[in-house]
Amino acid sequence: MKISAFHLMPYRELPADFEQRYESVWVTPPWWELADARRVGQYYNWTLDELLYAAKCGFDGVCTNEHHQNAYGFMPSPNLMGSVLARQTNGTNVAIVQMGATLPTSNPPLRVAEEYAMLDCISGGRLVAGLPLGSPMDVNLCYGITPMEHRERYREAVALTLKAWQAREIFSWNGRYFQLATVNLWPRPIQQPHPPVWIPGSGSISTFDFAVEHDVCYCFLSYSGARSAKTMMDGYWRVVAEKGRDLNPYRAGFLQLVVVAESDARAEEKYAQHVEYFYHKCLHVPPMWFSPPGNQDYRSLVATMSNPVRRAENPKTLRYREFVDNGYVIAGSPATVRDRLKEEVIKNLRVGNLMVLLQIGSMPHELALENIELFGREVLPDLRDTWDDEPWVNHWWPERLRQRAVAPVAAGVAAGGA
Amino acid sequence: MIETQERTVTVWQDRVRIRVLSKGHGPALVFFHGPWGLTWDPFLDELARSFTVLAPEHPGTTPEAHDDIYHLDGLWDLVLCYDELLEVLGLESAVFVGHSFGGMVACEVAAAYPARARRLALLAPLGFWRDPDRIINWMMLEPGELRRHIFHDPECDAARRMFPPSDAHDATAAARVRMVWAMGTTGKFIWPIPDKGLKKRIHRVTAPTLLVWGKEDRLVPAVYADEFTRRLQSGRVQTVDAAGHAPHLEQPEKVARLVRDFLSQ
Repeated sequence: MKISAFHLMPYRELPADFEQRYESVWVTPPWWELADARRVGQYYNWTLDELLYAAKCGFDGVCTNEHHQNAYGFMPSPNLMGSVLARQTNGTNVAIVQMGATLPTSNPPLRVAEEYAMLDCISGGRLVAGLPLGSPMDVNLCYGITPMEHRERYREAVALTLKAWQAREIFSWNGRYFQLATVNLWPRPIQQPHPPVWIPGSGSISTFDFAVEHDVCYCFLSYSGARSAKTMMDGYWRVVAEKGRDLNPYRAGFLQLVVVAESDARAEEKYAQHVEYFYHKCLHVPPMWFSPPGNQDYRSLVATMSNPVRRAENPKTLRYREFVDNGYVIAGSPATVRDRLKEEVIKNLRVGNLMVLLQIGSMPHELALENIELFGREVLPDLRDTWDDEPWVNHWWPERLRQRAVAPVAAGVAAGGA
Repeated sequence: MIETQERTVTVWQDRVRIRVLSKGHGPALVFFHGPWGLTWDPFLDELARSFTVLAPEHPGTTPEAHDDIYHLDGLWDLVLCYDELLEVLGLESAVFVGHSFGGMVACEVAAAYPARARRLALLAPLGFWRDPDRIINWMMLEPGELRRHIFHDPECDAARRMFPPSDAHDATAAARVRMVWAMGTTGKFIWPIPDKGLKKRIHRVTAPTLLVWGKEDRLVPAVYADEFTRRLQSGRVQTVDAAGHAPHLEQPEKVARLVRDFLSQ
């Protein structure tokens, strides 16, 4: 299987009373009160260093994503980060997993097709092209896209992107949202017919359908762990079967928060405050903002309203032990983490493309490096063989990187040596 | 009392179905409802004593026709749809009354087809934007907050009707679905800022216009009345005490009297 390091690039030093003082971590947090540009410059560089360190520690891929106007994760342009990562990992077998640039907020969305093609060229064909719909906060609230048009724009943009990468002839695109008289993409990606596509989602049935119809990898980006994801992912595999696709585990991606230490007790000492910071501050968003009127179609709206998926608990009231017990975070000694990841996530949800978030909330740079190193050395090698006893091919991974990875080259790499 | 009549007409190459509620006798009055959907209310009953009130549902808010909204791409399509609707209803002209979003639509139709509107009564209409007086995005408010923003008195009868008590789960869910979908389908034409160029077109309106504003409007402050009166050929403002953004729901008799007196002139 393939295991990638994911990074959100959060603001790591929000005030202790942040969630009491401010309305939201997203859209409206006041920059001048909360942030400092020089400090943020340090964060971006730490983020790059942490991902590059993961690359050296044997991870199969490095992931960045796009968000706007927030302190939870603010890489407004993930492709700027991806381009540094692509350049710095040349000569390795690490995939550049962009999770990714958001089509509905790029106008024309051809810009994403071009930048991904650039990344594929720079990296020598190591790009995984994530094509996210984008969150309502980013797309509707920050970037002004009408909620009712969000999904239509996205679908049109995906079709345009796929065609722009592959068309042999110059073509015209007379769409509903985008009109381009002469589409002739320069450059084209190295990978043919196009880089592997991953579509991240948060459990919406219409996204399952879309991913399966397009024969791409569906990635469930969850912060609530595998237990609450089980129903969703079972639903996904049902759609896969109904639509006549095989049950190749590489059709599924999953994001899991992980912290590793010498022992379970040490993990709590080292990481508890950072995990709580993440769930209490970084996810502090008014619930209404996740569903602006019109963002869901009528059928989904009725389904949600008449049968609201009630969270078993409000994360703001939970503490580290509960996050760990309930699987929001998989934490502890290498053995604990290994076993829980394998049973609860990989096997239970049938996941072939695992992403792990290892820098969490306020976690400082040195500790993030420790977490990455320990995961790479003590956990990752034991998970890598999963699924190898079955004849599945990871069609959603850059072809030249599909071979089973050799032992990590990072043995003995000093922390910070990235 | 005479019951409300309803009929559903189709426009836009039969792709958009619009249910029209009607009641009353006398000259035709077209009522364009606001962002929370159409409900026949005491205000419309009052008007129906002097007019034939015709109240179309905004595209997409008619039951069983929810997806029709996807056939309209922008305000131009919506205005043309209403022109077709008036044609189908056999109304060469009528008096228009519009609330909030519906006030903006009534004004746009009157600007596009000045001869269609004989007189206009706009209740807290949208259509303009002033940076110092930002209009709160009601679509993003929690139901309780929304209620406090629409009504001067959130406990008034009209507020209770619009927001059923939460102990009746099914009724609450159904009301919420209806309201959210109405906000989504109307929001399609005004997101993220409800200024879609009326300032370039409003000079074309020839109908004498009455603007009615609740003094305690917390969504679209009464200062927005100036944006209309300084551009309209003939416009005047009437403010209403003890009313918020839905003055016709909170003070139905008072507002109906103002509107009826003005439209009957």
